[in-house]
Amino acid sequence: MKLYNGGIIITGIVIFALLITFPFWWGKGEKNPAPVLSVDTPAINQLPDKRCLEDASFMRKNHMKLLNTWREGAVREGQRLYTATDGRSFEVSLTGTCLHCHSNKDQFCDRCHNYMGAKPNCFSCHIIPGEVNK
Amino acid sequence: MTSNRREFLKIAGASTLALLAPAILCPARTRGNLSAAEQKSSLLHPLTAKRWALAVDHAKCSADCTDCITACHRIHNVPDFHNPKDEIKWIWTEPFSAVFPGENHPYQGQAVQKMRLPVLCNHCANPPCVRVCPTKATFQRRDGIVMMDYHRCIGCRLCMAACPYGARSMNYRDPRPFIAGINPDFPTRTKGVVEKCNFCEERLARGLRPACVDACKQKALVFGDVENPQAEVRQLIEKRFNLRRRANLGTKPQIYYIL
Repeated sequence: MKLYNGGIIITGIVIFALLITFPFWWGKGEKNPAPVLSVDTPAINQLPDKRCLEDASFMRKNHMKLLNTWREGAVREGQRLYTATDGRSFEVSLTGTCLHCHSNKDQFCDRCHNYMGAKPNCFSCHIIPGEVNK
Repeated sequence: MTSNRREFLKIAGASTLALLAPAILCPARTRGNLSAAEQKSSLLHPLTAKRWALAVDHAKCSADCTDCITACHRIHNVPDFHNPKDEIKWIWTEPFSAVFPGENHPYQGQAVQKMRLPVLCNHCANPPCVRVCPTKATFQRRDGIVMMDYHRCIGCRLCMAACPYGARSMNYRDPRPFIAGINPDFPTRTKGVVEKCNFCEERLARGLRPACVDACKQKALVFGDVENPQAEVRQLIEKRFNLRRRANLGTKPQIYYIL
């Protein structure tokens, strides 16, 4: 069996193979270090027990779901107090509660969001304390 | 009247006590910046009602006063685009002929022709904006407040077309650069959402009356539960003749104008 135009076809196959496997070999061996999040803020340092609303692992995984629940509850049902699993209660407020402790948004929220390529649009309306033009 | 040293000291002492009294009796409301704990505890005593309503006693409303508008727009981060086409309004004034179209005639006196009345969202009991909203961003709470969930607003402006009072404004541009001084306790809006008066539901949740009502020195705005026969607003609208804006449309507006 004779392969017509073999050169072009094989070159094409090689280019195709290179392109399709691009994600597997590009940047191989490069390290992309996980973001270092800072919890060194005045409000957190004052806490006797440095605990977020829930466990850190839960918050890391589920803060966006928790915030969605807060959003629906506060706006639509008027539930403005959140009772954590350990019985403490918090005001349902992104600016007032979350950013009160995590006042270093650029060293906490943003670092991880940038690393993950997440683009939450919370802060196009919700106010970042300290970034307010008073 | 001659005053001796003893009288002077008495008056000075009494004045000091009178000035300090509000701060001692009610510390949470007198201080500007509340701590997180105080903020939280203020949520434990919300104002509740079966149906919130507002009465506007026009006789008490002075002609050039804009206290209610200023207070509302400052607290709710309402932008000023310096352009009537893009204007965002939560509460504003209109002439009598615009507030009650069809009720004006050429023989009305100067007083009526020059009259300007404060207008805002009527928090209708049968709100057309709620019916047309495709995403349920506008909804009616159990206490009658017609409220917006800005998270869900897609900016379709059907509610603006449905509202017979023009109480809704669209953010055609990013409002943030046009807010004179941002109040950090209330979110701003973003480009592409509609906004309107929320009857200060965020203040009611903290046990405070709406900002316009508190700002009115003449007490021309009376806010309360219209379903409660003992409420001031109910007794006022039972006693005095009042009109609602375009009530013949069937929207059952809850702003009562005492004229």
